[in-house]
Amino acid sequence: MFNFKISCDQATTICDKSQYGKANLREILQLRMHFFSCKICRLYSKQNSLMSRIIKTMRAEQTVCAMSKEQKERMRAAIEKNARKKDLK
Amino acid sequence: MTTYAKHGLRPDQWIDLYADYLYNYSISRVGKPEIAKDLVQETFFAGLKAMENFEGKASERTWLVAILKRKIIDYYRKVNSKKGKSEVRMNFYRDGAKEGDWLEERVPQTWGSDADKKIENEELGNTLEACIEKLPEKYAMVFKMKTLRDFSTDQICKELDITSSNLWVIIHRARTQLRRCMEDNWFVK
Repeated sequence: MFNFKISCDQATTICDKSQYGKANLREILQLRMHFFSCKICRLYSKQNSLMSRIIKTMRAEQTVCAMSKEQKERMRAAIEKNARKKDLK
Repeated sequence: MTTYAKHGLRPDQWIDLYADYLYNYSISRVGKPEIAKDLVQETFFAGLKAMENFEGKASERTWLVAILKRKIIDYYRKVNSKKGKSEVRMNFYRDGAKEGDWLEERVPQTWGSDADKKIENEELGNTLEACIEKLPEKYAMVFKMKTLRDFSTDQICKELDITSSNLWVIIHRARTQLRRCMEDNWFVK
């Protein structure tokens, strides 16, 4: 039942989960075991962590968004038109 | 319009009071400004249509957010059902003796020893951003919610009506695809 042998597909799935701190102990052990015999997934893991670090630098730039005045006015007009249509019914 | 102001609904003020709130709510889920805006507009239209059903139990804003939530699920289902175009390229053998192994032409290549040092490079961030935009919609949406906006797994599952194993498959495919895209566009050649 406690099977340590996993495929590269499964190993990289665990690796992806662990980027969010969501891999459980069993999964982490399976991943470590897999790394012993798989250079490719070790490389994947390294590059995956690097991507996570790049993402961290991107996130800082996110700001609150707002619609432009024009967009709002257009939407306001659309709502009024819609409401009037309803009034007529 | 005031004839419909029953239970305190004031549609003539919706834009001023709720447009920005709903827009932010929407864009933090769907990611794309155009689509976020459309969903807000659809929410207002649906709100107008359903005004008679408003019982005044919840606040006007809560009521509108509930409508928007449905719109977001509907949108996710729509992009999710676009088969073919909405799939990322496979990276592993799907069956046979090699099931779960890396497909030969998809095996990760070394990125060069200076990859780590380039982290602060703005262009590197831009490349990754472009790669995220290239993901099929459903992958981009889930990936961004989870990775860029720190939504919890539970919350994403609830808001998009998917299971957690579903979510991890999507994250896995998104990340393997992104890795490959970074390799093709930045690190190799």
